[in-house]
Amino acid sequence: MGEADHVFKSFGETRALVDVSLDVRAAECHALVGRNGAGKSTLVSLFTGLGRPDRGAIQLAGEATPSLADRGAWLARVACVYQRSMMVPSLTVAENVFLNRRMAGEGALINWRQLRSEAHALMLEWGFDLDVDQEAATLTVEQRQIVEIARALSIGARFLILDEPTAALEKAAVDRLFERVRRLREGGVGVLYISHHLEEIYEICDRVSVLRDGEMVLSGPVSNIRQAELVAAMVGTAPPRRATEIEAVETHGALGETRLQVRDLTVYSRSGSVAGVSLSVRSGECAGLVGLRGSGSATVADAVVGLVRPRSGTILINGSAVEPGQVHSTLHRGVGYVPQDRHARGFAPQLGVDENLTLALLDRLSRRLGIVSYRERKATARRQIEQLQIVARSLDQPVSSLSGGNQQKVVVGRALAPDPNVLVAVNPTVGVDVASKEALLDAIGRARDHGVAVLMVSDDFEDLRVCTRLLVMVRGRIAGEFKQPPWDRQRLIAAIEGFEVAV
Amino acid sequence: MQQRAMADKAIEQATSVGWRMNRRDIRFVILKWFRELTLIPVIVVLMIAGAIVNPVFFTPSNLINVAEGGAALGMVVVAESLILLTGKFDISLQGTFGLAPLLGAWLIAPKASQGLGTEWNPWLGLLVVLGVGLAVGAFNGILVVKANFNAFIFTLAMSILLTGLQLGWLGGQTVYNLPQAFIYLGSESWVGIPVAVWITVVAFAAAALFLRYHRAGRAMYAIGGNLEAARAAGIQVDRIRIGVFMVASVLAAVGGLMQAGRVTAVTAGQGSNLIFGVFAAAVIGGISLDGGRGRMVGALTGVVLLSLVTNILTLTNISSTWIDAVDGAIILIALGLAKLIGTERA
Repeated sequence: MGEADHVFKSFGETRALVDVSLDVRAAECHALVGRNGAGKSTLVSLFTGLGRPDRGAIQLAGEATPSLADRGAWLARVACVYQRSMMVPSLTVAENVFLNRRMAGEGALINWRQLRSEAHALMLEWGFDLDVDQEAATLTVEQRQIVEIARALSIGARFLILDEPTAALEKAAVDRLFERVRRLREGGVGVLYISHHLEEIYEICDRVSVLRDGEMVLSGPVSNIRQAELVAAMVGTAPPRRATEIEAVETHGALGETRLQVRDLTVYSRSGSVAGVSLSVRSGECAGLVGLRGSGSATVADAVVGLVRPRSGTILINGSAVEPGQVHSTLHRGVGYVPQDRHARGFAPQLGVDENLTLALLDRLSRRLGIVSYRERKATARRQIEQLQIVARSLDQPVSSLSGGNQQKVVVGRALAPDPNVLVAVNPTVGVDVASKEALLDAIGRARDHGVAVLMVSDDFEDLRVCTRLLVMVRGRIAGEFKQPPWDRQRLIAAIEGFEVAV
Repeated sequence: MQQRAMADKAIEQATSVGWRMNRRDIRFVILKWFRELTLIPVIVVLMIAGAIVNPVFFTPSNLINVAEGGAALGMVVVAESLILLTGKFDISLQGTFGLAPLLGAWLIAPKASQGLGTEWNPWLGLLVVLGVGLAVGAFNGILVVKANFNAFIFTLAMSILLTGLQLGWLGGQTVYNLPQAFIYLGSESWVGIPVAVWITVVAFAAAALFLRYHRAGRAMYAIGGNLEAARAAGIQVDRIRIGVFMVASVLAAVGGLMQAGRVTAVTAGQGSNLIFGVFAAAVIGGISLDGGRGRMVGALTGVVLLSLVTNILTLTNISSTWIDAVDGAIILIALGLAKLIGTERA
């Protein structure tokens, strides 16, 4: 159905795929696994005609691929259901199914009755009695996936790529999806199944291929490969710097009283719901909250600082409960916050370095009648610039013109500037160079040693070396805890992927 | 990888010049002011043109006339600029500009001069004017910020409503014969310069200082620049944005009071079409429609420019039916100029 034959693909200096071969046969479900950045998305983009390999060839249904510009030809050969919706939300299901496509015997004008009845018939073929007149925006994730699969296959594709289809599904919906995938397979469709949840692979896939750093490191029938082998292949033998054990942290401060407490937190969120999470962080401690994207780890952080309102549960700072969903009052209780996406929430791009660094303590910098003391603002900003080694031309250089690493330092500096009791940091070193990463982690480590209770949410293992304790989240719940550094990469990854409950 | 990062850092450090004030910084400061002062050359050219067109232009009485004409507009430009900086806008400021003084005048003027006949104390009438501004601003602010109505369509509807009320209550008539206290702002002078001009200049200065030195003023730039970042930094973004709507509407009401004082009456049409000039002055003065960018000095030059254009067009004896077309063309030219010079910096 789909075949990659010794393909290479580079983006600038980065070699995304190196000599990768993979074939998906008719009537099989082929799993593709690998950690973030292993090259899965690149391979998918080659299969769906969004890119062309530098070397090697892609074949679809035994033929050479059409030209990249001929989208229609690609759609007739391969279908991909992404995590993100590919439907126009304001159009009805029927309109989406026949978007930019003519039905038999149709002229320039649209025959609405035929459109509806054909779309409905198509859905019924799937045993799916859906009102095709409803807007696509009102569909659940499960319904949306089914409509997208049905649409793709009705165009004629017999090669289906499912990109993390279960990430946002309930257990019952996952079962129904698997049932449909099995039926597809019996019908001769070849499925390339991408998932972070390895147990799913054992349930429905026939073969599995593992990508690591752009190379195909393992491929074979699922029945011959044990879970431990699979995890080992994903993690690989690490280079010296990345030992299988993440370096132990040296803590200097003694653990103090509990600063942050989360009790029975339940949050509904599109980016990962949270169900009944409880945790507490003490002064001088850095608790790492790790999990796959969508596991709810970032949602916990957002709920703690009040950016999302929890459905139930309490959050206590220094022993007293905070008003839920109120960022302002939460931060004023002594919480520093490093948001996940620095461009979305980290800084005001046109304002200067000093101004951004002191944004969270405007109240404290102002004197009589709320007049801001520029002298104190500069002094505070200089302190953070020194601590974090921020490189800027002047104090009032707009943050938008700094390098990514220095921008991130400003974001972390903003959180640390008010000398918080609790620091909540989500991916604090995302997208920065090695030297900046060192400076950022050092600053967080120093804060921890000075008695700050740190809650760090990260999917970057290097960040975890400043942690004194790890909590693993799987599907909105805390699934395991690692109490004593150093962390064993393999066991940690296994826990994150939802295999075993680590102790 | 690590080597490259180290090299990058070395380059960054080599190109950075530390914290001392030096030539580079001075150039930076000049560039920063440049954006605000883009219009100065245009204003100079206009003044020369004015002098050539009509010798009357440079007489003190005409220049005071220009300032007085710009004062009421200027108040509303201050108001709109504050809202624009926080990333929203309010079309209904022109409605407030008309309706607030009308309600005040209506309650204090005798029946004979189109008042309601209640003949309230003029000071009470002034309170009503400010109160109407406050109420309209609070209503707009709460519904746009908290209930998340689209600012454009909501304040447009409000504008139509307020202007409609003004017309409906007056039935097309004019409230006149207003007491001295009510028209003081628009009709008296201090040391030869109209009170309205003083007040507007003070409003510009106060707004500029507030924006620069007050914590809420600095927060406004952060809110307009990146709302979510401001929220994540613990700034009370909703409270500040609603407050700005309220302050702006009060300023617009005061502007309307100036206008009423100048003509010693409130007409049914006071304020209509005012808002276009307001937006034009703010934008050519460098206030960004996207929020977070611009300064009061710039907005002031925008007001001066528009007032000069109006005055010169009157002096040239161009047929009054053509004044709007020329007005529009000059705004377009000024916008183009601002864009040309503005992008050089970015």
